[in-house]
Amino acid sequence: MVNLNVNLGRLHLANPVLTASGTFGYGREFSDFIDLNELGGFIVKGTTIEPREGNPYPRMAETPSGMLNAVGLQNKGVDYFIENIYPLISRCTSQVIVNVSGAKVEDYVAVCEKLAPLDKIKAIEVNISCPNVKQGGMAYGTTTDGASEVTAATRKAWPKHLMVKLSPNVTSIVDIAKAVESEGADSVSLINTMLGMAIDVERRRPMLSTITGGLSGPAVRPVAVRMVWQVAKAVGIPVVGLGGIMTGRDALEFIMAGATAVEVGTANFINPSVTVKIINEIKDYCVRHNITDINELRGII
Amino acid sequence: MTVVANGVAGNYHLLKLTPADGRVLPEMEPGQFVEVDIPDSKVTFLRRPISINNIDGGDNTLWLLVRNAGAGTAALCNIETGSVVNILTPLGNGFSTDAAKPLLIGGGVGIAPLLYLARKYNRNKVRPTLILGARSRGDLALIDEFKAVGDVFFTTEDGSLGEKGFVTMSDAFTSDYDLIQCCGPMPMMKAVADRARIIGVECEVSLENMMACGLGACLCCVEKDNNGHNVCVCSEGPVFNINRLSW
Repeated sequence: MVNLNVNLGRLHLANPVLTASGTFGYGREFSDFIDLNELGGFIVKGTTIEPREGNPYPRMAETPSGMLNAVGLQNKGVDYFIENIYPLISRCTSQVIVNVSGAKVEDYVAVCEKLAPLDKIKAIEVNISCPNVKQGGMAYGTTTDGASEVTAATRKAWPKHLMVKLSPNVTSIVDIAKAVESEGADSVSLINTMLGMAIDVERRRPMLSTITGGLSGPAVRPVAVRMVWQVAKAVGIPVVGLGGIMTGRDALEFIMAGATAVEVGTANFINPSVTVKIINEIKDYCVRHNITDINELRGII
Repeated sequence: MTVVANGVAGNYHLLKLTPADGRVLPEMEPGQFVEVDIPDSKVTFLRRPISINNIDGGDNTLWLLVRNAGAGTAALCNIETGSVVNILTPLGNGFSTDAAKPLLIGGGVGIAPLLYLARKYNRNKVRPTLILGARSRGDLALIDEFKAVGDVFFTTEDGSLGEKGFVTMSDAFTSDYDLIQCCGPMPMMKAVADRARIIGVECEVSLENMMACGLGACLCCVEKDNNGHNVCVCSEGPVFNINRLSW
């Protein structure tokens, strides 16, 4: 028997595998492929106070070992989530975490206040790192002042587990992580996508309508592992690692670098049942190496 | 699924695949699509969405008509028989199949889903009319198969097969139908949609916006609907009645 239970502070996960926001819809898109209850939890798409249409098409470009996206937080808003999605997922036994985004600090706070009464939602992930929106998003996540401001405000409005999702598009992610920790974040997740760009040379045009977009997939994984390792050494709160995880082996890299849990993102687009495969591969690894508790592997590097 | 045949069809490749475990293929509607994982690819990352060209119940095969349009489709065109390919299917929503007098219009490799659609109509004792257009003769494939299932008119831009010109200029493009169903390049579909409106015939189009997941999760393949909202082509389409779109 291998113990895969982990705790992010007081937030219990049956295993360390979560899904990354924006890659897993509201969960139900994947219920034909996996039993959502087998996950440690899933993080629903970036939710804002008002519905958002997102950016114009084209929003996606395939790149070496990854992809660029410029979706721009298209979502139906927090009220839609509460009325139409929450009733469907509230009986799920795994954790349901809502990714919260906004253009203004007040927007983040308003979403927190609306979600706070929902019993099933024990945690939110505050997105201060979306590279694809003009206002808010990454603008908050690239300075310690901005990151602190959003964290402090959401901390007041959200009494349960507060995870803050960090941008890699900064000089020192450690400084940002320390700033959000000091404002009361319960955990940090990293990394969001890296700002990137691709050009269609035949047509002499950018691949994305927004010119730049967020790079994800295995291409970013070594950067993400490095950042998780640096942050985990520098903060006392749990770290959730993500960036190009395709296999159990990849997830273990993050755990050994110091992550308590991991998020699987872009891989869901290629194999919709990849999360369950990753959980099984982590389990197999532990059996093979006589590890009885996944927590033994955390931060060993 | 196992590739049981890979043959040249005009300028395209026709792949026939059967479930590797011998299962019977699931029910699929004409206009639905598959997402193919390109095996052992160093240069591609995402799956490739390909429309369903035909389901042959007799030998339990799924047909894909593939145009070599880049690294992923090139790998598929070169795939050897006996290879096993991971395929998600069926995805999306298909064409209507209850028209009494349908006109099917295909452009280039966009003719692919119309073969399966025409065969469905045949099962309902309906013989559809088809206008198949392309730049040149080689861009039209499976000509005998199409002629077997409907009354076919060809148009080519260079005049190498059928009438010289675009599908919208075909003599067969009249108001004598209760539904026009179209798949092809975006400018062609928009021209067909415009003409369908003018002559007052209902029209469905099948879009091929660039997508990642095919499941409505990544929100990359969006098209504006008639309310100005972005809808996913993969999960809300790929077939849309033009009245639902902003065009």
